[in-house]
Amino acid sequence: MRVGVVQFPGSCDEVDALLAAERAVGAGNAELLWHRDRDLKGVDAVVVPGGFSYGDYLRAGAIAALSPAMESVAAFARDGGPVLGICNGFQVLCEAGLLPGTMLMNVGRRFVFRQVELDVVAADTAWTRATRRGQLLSIPAKHQTGRWYAPDETVERLVADDQVVFRYAAGDNYNGSSDGIAGVCNAARNVVGLMPHPEHAVDPLTGSADGLLLFRSPLEAAGVA
Amino acid sequence: MSPDPATTLPAPRELAPGIVPVGEAPGVEAAVGLGLTRDEYALVVEKLGREPVQVELAMFSLMWSEHCAYKHSKLLLKTLPTEGPALVLGPGENAGAVDVGDGWTVAFKVESHNHPSAVEPFQGAATGVGGILRDIFALGARPIAVLDALRFGEVEDSDRSRFLLDGAVRGIGHYGNSIGVPNIGGDVYFEGPYETNCLVNAMALGLLRQEKLMLSAATGVGNVVVLFGASTGRDGIGGASVLASAELGEDDADKRPTVQVGDPFEEAKLVECTLELLDKGLLESVQDLGAAGLTSSASEMASKGEVGLDLDVALVPRREAGLEPFEVMVSESQERMLCVVTPDRVDEVIAITDKWDVHGTAIGVVTDSRRFRVYDGDALVGDMPVPALVDDCPLYEIHPQKPAGGPAEIYPAPVARIAGGTPVRDALLALVGSANVADRRPLFEQYDPVVQSRTVRRPGQADAAVLMIPGPAGRRAVVGGLAGPTDIAALEAAEGSGPESGAPIPGVGVSIDGSGRRVAADPYTGTVWNVLECAANLACVGAEPLGLTNNLNFGNPEKPHIAWQLTESVRGLGDACRATGAPVVGGNVSLYNEGTTGPIYPTPVVGMVGKVPDVTVTAPLGFQRHGDAIALVGSFAPQLALSELAKLEGRALPDGLPAWDVERAVAGIVAVREAVRRGELSSAHDIAEGGLLVALAESAIAGGFGATVEVQPFAVDGDARASLFGEAPGGFVVSAPRTVLEALAGQVPVTILGEVGGGELRVRCGGETAVATLDELRDAHGSLARFFA
Repeated sequence: MRVGVVQFPGSCDEVDALLAAERAVGAGNAELLWHRDRDLKGVDAVVVPGGFSYGDYLRAGAIAALSPAMESVAAFARDGGPVLGICNGFQVLCEAGLLPGTMLMNVGRRFVFRQVELDVVAADTAWTRATRRGQLLSIPAKHQTGRWYAPDETVERLVADDQVVFRYAAGDNYNGSSDGIAGVCNAARNVVGLMPHPEHAVDPLTGSADGLLLFRSPLEAAGVA
Repeated sequence: MSPDPATTLPAPRELAPGIVPVGEAPGVEAAVGLGLTRDEYALVVEKLGREPVQVELAMFSLMWSEHCAYKHSKLLLKTLPTEGPALVLGPGENAGAVDVGDGWTVAFKVESHNHPSAVEPFQGAATGVGGILRDIFALGARPIAVLDALRFGEVEDSDRSRFLLDGAVRGIGHYGNSIGVPNIGGDVYFEGPYETNCLVNAMALGLLRQEKLMLSAATGVGNVVVLFGASTGRDGIGGASVLASAELGEDDADKRPTVQVGDPFEEAKLVECTLELLDKGLLESVQDLGAAGLTSSASEMASKGEVGLDLDVALVPRREAGLEPFEVMVSESQERMLCVVTPDRVDEVIAITDKWDVHGTAIGVVTDSRRFRVYDGDALVGDMPVPALVDDCPLYEIHPQKPAGGPAEIYPAPVARIAGGTPVRDALLALVGSANVADRRPLFEQYDPVVQSRTVRRPGQADAAVLMIPGPAGRRAVVGGLAGPTDIAALEAAEGSGPESGAPIPGVGVSIDGSGRRVAADPYTGTVWNVLECAANLACVGAEPLGLTNNLNFGNPEKPHIAWQLTESVRGLGDACRATGAPVVGGNVSLYNEGTTGPIYPTPVVGMVGKVPDVTVTAPLGFQRHGDAIALVGSFAPQLALSELAKLEGRALPDGLPAWDVERAVAGIVAVREAVRRGELSSAHDIAEGGLLVALAESAIAGGFGATVEVQPFAVDGDARASLFGEAPGGFVVSAPRTVLEALAGQVPVTILGEVGGGELRVRCGGETAVATLDELRDAHGSLARFFA
């Protein structure tokens, strides 16, 4: 299995995502995809990484959602390909209409870094198959515009359709997201977005290895693991 | 896309004899307005053989400013030790660098952005980060970490200080977070003398292979000078001379236009572009544009290469119309780089700058004239000998004189916040909640400490930050480039260095520190103390110092008492460097830090980098295990006179500090370092502000374990309060199995104080017992959060 990580100008965590993917799928099996290229190089899964794509000018993720690479990623997602959006990547996927909801400024209006606990709500998506429902994952979150928001009726529908993938554990929803939601998936369950950074939780030496489960999940979907 | 280079590349121009630059000479009064003295102006006239025209006067006034020429500090700085076994690059380049093993080099430097931050804290601090990062990647090093040292007035009493604190922290976060460089630590102090002149010092580290080190000297007559990055505007004009080289006054809001505005997105692209250009070997040299913009970077490149330059300001891309030639030459617009390229590679260089949207433009050419000639299209608008600009600024001896009345003559006593003789428990809680001791988390959680996947110890976890070197990202970049697949597993198998191999994972420990109050009391001893404290922080993570960078923040050196502070402090810095084995690899001097209420505390900020042989073996600052013994380790002779407790009691600064035995302090630091490296200590924390009892409380809070200790008064005169709250260098609070501590006692003074466990800190000393629960301590410790609500 090969994983592609989209690189925009202003991406920050693309190399971290690449290294995290390699830990899961093997060295040499992940590569960066340049934002101006439509060619996804035949990868089997795509990660849209964190950072400040195009400086987050206009609105976080808005310009990146219109990039040539994202056109191809959208087509890949419609064909059922696994796509993971992390932080800014989650914002990009929402802006691209691939995931429900939108991102607002944190309630405290500040950038906050904090190691948070994530509660796995749905363990049957392309990116959570290696986890268990109800499992708590220790993963860092770091953002200023990470308050996931959707109108109440949308939240109710997402809950009913089991499209809520992660919630912040009690006390950890510092950004004020609707219903404590930290991550969601699309109806087909192949596209997942979350605000915290699983690529920064792949080694106990740097804090936690819980995030590795997300990167291993596409392997299970593909029947490799 | 690029036009035919043969027709457009700048070429050296023939200059007929007797041709002088066009335009009137603004004259001596204009020169004085720009910060030159009358004598300096006369010297410029002598060097040119005529009066300088506008472009020349603007360039001389900047290059001969304190900020660029170090004219009051250079003679002192020459006394500092700059040699060491790990040294790769000493002072004089964009940053210093040390060898960290296996061919890896870490470049680092600290720089100040004090006056811009005092005028406009958000942009001042943001561009401070941006500037120091450019210094790092100009060497070909990938920026891997930022730290910062901040000083403000009394935040509890001062709206101004709250505003400055909030703005500076947001600015540092905005820039560093957006550019993907982790912020791994820093220090902050709140003291009255910083009220109108805050300090914002930013330090950056970069990583590179030693063979890739790039210097800034322009070489090769006929080579082309290419400017890339942001376009040039009016922002920051005169920043180096108007803001950085004069005292602050009442009308500083008027100086806001001299503060630059930063764009981290532009810089993020600039980092990647510069590193790609260097990786492909396309550049002869490169330099960032910082203070004094094009003037400083171009003339320093020419000076180091012993060449001349012809530059055409008409070719410089502008962000606004109507810029005068002198404005282009002195603009401090951010996110710009200048490089020298052989003519055959200009097209390729410009194509790469286009790929990263930081469009490069050829604006000049290297000549053999040793003159800096500025053209505006066909018109010659400046023509100066390079050595006159760069080397011939007069250096001044300063005239130190210790103030007869001691430091109290200069600095008023702080506001009293608790009564003298406050009971131990109440004093402890007051200290733990005081601005200089309280938890820094409300600041550092506004920064990203983990991006780039190297951070093993984050802020708040240990006394120093710890990074893996090269870390997985660094190793992958070297092996195959990040764009293509690489067989890391094969490499790791060959090196025996994979994560599962059990082989040591090398890294560095980094700390930045520098209390101004102790230096104000005693510039020599206080500075030694600051260096020892950095070394002690490193020891707690098993790091041995490789080198240090310093930022000397002082008042107006033309005043005798400031000259005395500066002279004594530099003498202390030199002696401490020799004692700890850490040479000075570079740094910065920031003078004229005086506001309307007088000079700042003299503040030499020290940033130290040390080698950690195995990052899996470092000690956290918090207690880890119920039942561990707790000990005071090291040669520690605390005194109350300069303590944080004395400050809370409103006591004036003492006149001088007692001398202690530096060699014994260093021996203690070495013993702790070695014990950490052997993996014997559960926790290690150096005793700093607040003394022994605060250090115990901090280890309890950080670890989530209480402790029961009994302290036999050991300070001078057997004073219980001095034992609990006194301060001095050389002491550590460590926890470990009792047998380990007993064995350690063979090498260094060890006093076993008690045991880890329970939900409270219980201390008995000199007949008094004090108890505080962990919750009480945590509540008090979190007091800074209210300034960011």
